Amino acid sequence: MEINLEEAFQKRIDEEIKIEPRDWMPEKYRKTLLRQISQHAHSEIVGMLPEGNWITRAPNLRRKVALLAKVQDEAGHGLYLYSAAETLGMTRDEMLAELHSGKAKYSSIFNYPTLTWADMGAIGWLVDGAAIMNQVPLCRASYGPYARAMVRVCKEESFHQRQGYEIMLTLCQGTPEQKAMAQDALNRWWWPSMMMFGPNDDNSPNSAQSTKWKIKRFSNDELRQKFVDVSVPQAEILGITIPDADLKWNEARGHYDFGVINWDEFNQVVAGNGPCNKQRLKARVDAWENGAWVREAAVAYAEKREKRKQNTENTNAA
Amino acid sequence: MSNKEWPLWEVFIRAKQGLNHKHVGSLHAADVKMAIENARDVYTRRMEGVSIWVVESKNLHASEPSEQEEFFDPANDKIYRHPTFYILPEELNHM
Repeated sequence: MEINLEEAFQKRIDEEIKIEPRDWMPEKYRKTLLRQISQHAHSEIVGMLPEGNWITRAPNLRRKVALLAKVQDEAGHGLYLYSAAETLGMTRDEMLAELHSGKAKYSSIFNYPTLTWADMGAIGWLVDGAAIMNQVPLCRASYGPYARAMVRVCKEESFHQRQGYEIMLTLCQGTPEQKAMAQDALNRWWWPSMMMFGPNDDNSPNSAQSTKWKIKRFSNDELRQKFVDVSVPQAEILGITIPDADLKWNEARGHYDFGVINWDEFNQVVAGNGPCNKQRLKARVDAWENGAWVREAAVAYAEKREKRKQNTENTNAA
Repeated sequence: MSNKEWPLWEVFIRAKQGLNHKHVGSLHAADVKMAIENARDVYTRRMEGVSIWVVESKNLHASEPSEQEEFFDPANDKIYRHPTFYILPEELNHM
């Protein structure tokens, strides 16, 4: 029986029929999605922190409203994704508890500090750029609620990348000091952005199953290559240099060759030893704990109003 | 510090006058007022709607996916309900 269900499930996937929350699914499919979607949601929420750092210090009002809107979008993206993950049978509070205990991961890139205003440019351009590469194929993921959430996310990401690139462009057309700031931000964010696509294909054990289930449509290395190929001309327009001595056009492949990623650094940051891991997690835990009284008060208020409403109805009925 | 989780609400948005409300996702809120305001902030940041419905998820009832085939079977063999079932002369043009 189990075998038949799984075969029927795979057949639906192969025919590009979306899976919806109450449909039968293999337990491992459910768990894989739950892990991926909740981690994605956590990344959006933790991702607000590095940029939130610069809202009060944005150089002018135009930059400030744009950055505020962007950070608010990240909150929205986190909420779309939590809502999709909840359809798989885990509560919001359970997911948050996993984030706060360190059991659930989020994207490592957010464990790097934002040292200058130029980092707002580099994050929008590179980090959101890499996220878009990853996310566009997810709009066709086999699980309906995830795919629909990703469509909403992708519609909004384009603004994020353009606002970031515009910050870089303005700095690069400014004083030599401003251009140096942009170069410095590129130097610090390039490699962490490259790592956002995850381990190399031959070192990514879960990819095959996710591909078979059509959760994943392109391999990590394919997406990374795409990212390099579009980023090189974008850096050229800015007139700044990608910090990779091995970066060069390969005529035969029709792609740029690039240097080796420092996977030791990646593994260290994933393991919790990045520059800001502790700070990021503490900010989330503090927000949760300091907000407890607000959550409780809102429930108490709703209950009181409900009770008052019932009393009025009873009086009227009597 | 035990927290009672806020109830889950399903959100439906009317994109513009003349269209029906369409399900867009869900969110948590303590009461209906908060649910509608949160729905505005989460799902209509770029003028995606002119009207919002929220329904507490526990009040939503649905057909059974596992019975999909039997349940929708009655309509399956009634092709005469479709206009293309009727063969008419070509010179009739648009009917």
